[in-house]
Amino acid sequence: MNLLQLSWKNILHKPTSTLLSLVLFALGVGLVSLLMLVNRQLEEKFEKNLAGIDMVIGAKGSPLQLILSSMYHIDAPTGNVAIADVKAFLNPKHPVIGMAVPLSLGDNYRSYRIVGTTFDFFDLYKAQLAQGRRWEAVFEVVIGAAVADALALKTGDTFHSSHGFVVDENLEHTDASAFKVVGILQPTGAVVDQLILTSPQSIWGVHEHGEQSHEHEAFDLSKPLTDYEGESITSVLIQFKARNAMTLNMPRNINENTNMQAATPAWEINRLYAILGDSALALQVLALIIIAVSGLSVFLSLYASLRDRRYELALMRVMGASRGKLFALILLEGFLLAAVGCVIGLALSHAGMGVFARALESSYRYSFTGALFLKEEIWLVLAALGVGLLAAFIPAVQARNTDISQTLAEG
Amino acid sequence: MLQTKELTYSYDGKNTLVFPDIDCGKGEHWLLLGQSGSGKTTLLHLLGGLLSPATGSIIVAGDNIATKRAAALDRFRGRHIGIIFQKSHFVRALTLEENLVLAQQLAGAPIDRGRVEELLGHLNLSHKLREKPDNLSMGEQQRAAIARALLNRPDVILADEPTSALDDVNCQEVIDLLEREATATGATLLVVTHDGRLKARFPRQVLLTHYQSSL
Repeated sequence: MNLLQLSWKNILHKPTSTLLSLVLFALGVGLVSLLMLVNRQLEEKFEKNLAGIDMVIGAKGSPLQLILSSMYHIDAPTGNVAIADVKAFLNPKHPVIGMAVPLSLGDNYRSYRIVGTTFDFFDLYKAQLAQGRRWEAVFEVVIGAAVADALALKTGDTFHSSHGFVVDENLEHTDASAFKVVGILQPTGAVVDQLILTSPQSIWGVHEHGEQSHEHEAFDLSKPLTDYEGESITSVLIQFKARNAMTLNMPRNINENTNMQAATPAWEINRLYAILGDSALALQVLALIIIAVSGLSVFLSLYASLRDRRYELALMRVMGASRGKLFALILLEGFLLAAVGCVIGLALSHAGMGVFARALESSYRYSFTGALFLKEEIWLVLAALGVGLLAAFIPAVQARNTDISQTLAEG
Repeated sequence: MLQTKELTYSYDGKNTLVFPDIDCGKGEHWLLLGQSGSGKTTLLHLLGGLLSPATGSIIVAGDNIATKRAAALDRFRGRHIGIIFQKSHFVRALTLEENLVLAQQLAGAPIDRGRVEELLGHLNLSHKLREKPDNLSMGEQQRAAIARALLNRPDVILADEPTSALDDVNCQEVIDLLEREATATGATLLVVTHDGRLKARFPRQVLLTHYQSSL
């Protein structure tokens, strides 16, 4: 039996205080790790979907809402803007705008959002076709990899869209033409995986079929969007050619001089981080306090056990153990408690993240995973083991300094 | 085998205990008698290397343990000296068998489960092999402590009041065992006691009177 086994048996010999220390360690480590996992994956989603977009133009309202709905597809859009109003930005010869991607939102198919846009959208998210082709006619759609997976859609399949973003049979556009899947995208890890893409003309076609008898003739993909001055879209994603004084002032100009708003993704996301950051920080502080308390619990339980064990510690010395061995024995007990607590905590946080991921996916259409291990978690484990060793240090010194003669003479 | 010369011990730097010289030959059984407070336990701890003397020498199996330092002394004690205390203590998280194996390991001796089983068989404890020490009776615990002290075939066995907590029957049994097993391993046995019941059994005796002196 080596020292490790002996300290393990000593830990198991006092199950209640061991359980308390383990639960506290697991709770603290698990909470910190869970926060790290959520934080990292959220940041990744946000970064990945920034896609080099410098500005978003849409209807007036909350700029954060505009960014969330047009770039992350998680909130409702702020409203619509007329093609006539955004015509200038969609002009391919615009002096400072490199790319302008129109978006028409508002419909879904079984809670997957349908986005009316142009082929620039593919370039924006570097989306490649896995099979099929891009749309060539009205009512043809290209679907993201996750959509194809979840709904088991193949090229050639058709479906009717629903109005809004929630599944509601009453809102289904049953009398409009059905959408036809003509292409499926490769997975990108970005939000485009969760979207159904089509031309803005298709969206208009669905909504205006009642007013016009021949909607197919009314919307023609060969004509530029700017020809449809009477129609409206939700927003325009804009990439500048280069950043300069003019592009810096453009959002303010739009906000002050038009009935539209321009939002800068970087600012809005930073604002969002600031809001989330405070609550994340509070949780993180709480978790660190729990880890500190678990260290205290290890300290107290070892310290108390020394009183009960002073005879057996003295006895081990009589049997030939050196002072160093007793020191190492107690230190190992603290270390083991921390290590086992860590393993339980990490297992809980990753399993918890796995469960949480499913809930997030069904409500936000974003994929998260619990099967992700971060470099920061190594630091977390090292820190927790350090707390365990630190907590055991004073009891270990006490064990080392046991006066064997005096202890044994007492009893 | 066990020899002391001009041994003194100072417990607070002022008061000094002076002990008579002892000379126990190999395989001999001795009784060290003295009233409470006469320094019996102190002497036993000195002989066992649990305390360091102020002056004098303690020769165990040819080595002067009074001059040995910390870790070397711990190791020497584990290999050459077996000690039985008035109240026996064990590592409570371990079974009886594990406690004895631990005693072999801490002494740096090879693990010999056969020896453990043989010894516990001698002491009628074979059926308690997998029991935790807390589940043993007082008499069983004392026999187990004897087994542990004898385990590494020490040159010297020191027993501190091994019978004072036992009734006449158990006292007889324990001292029989002690003498029998010490003889079997050829160890020198020194029993420290104030228990008058043992006087008749040990022809070789040292009497410890109040040897305390102030400097």
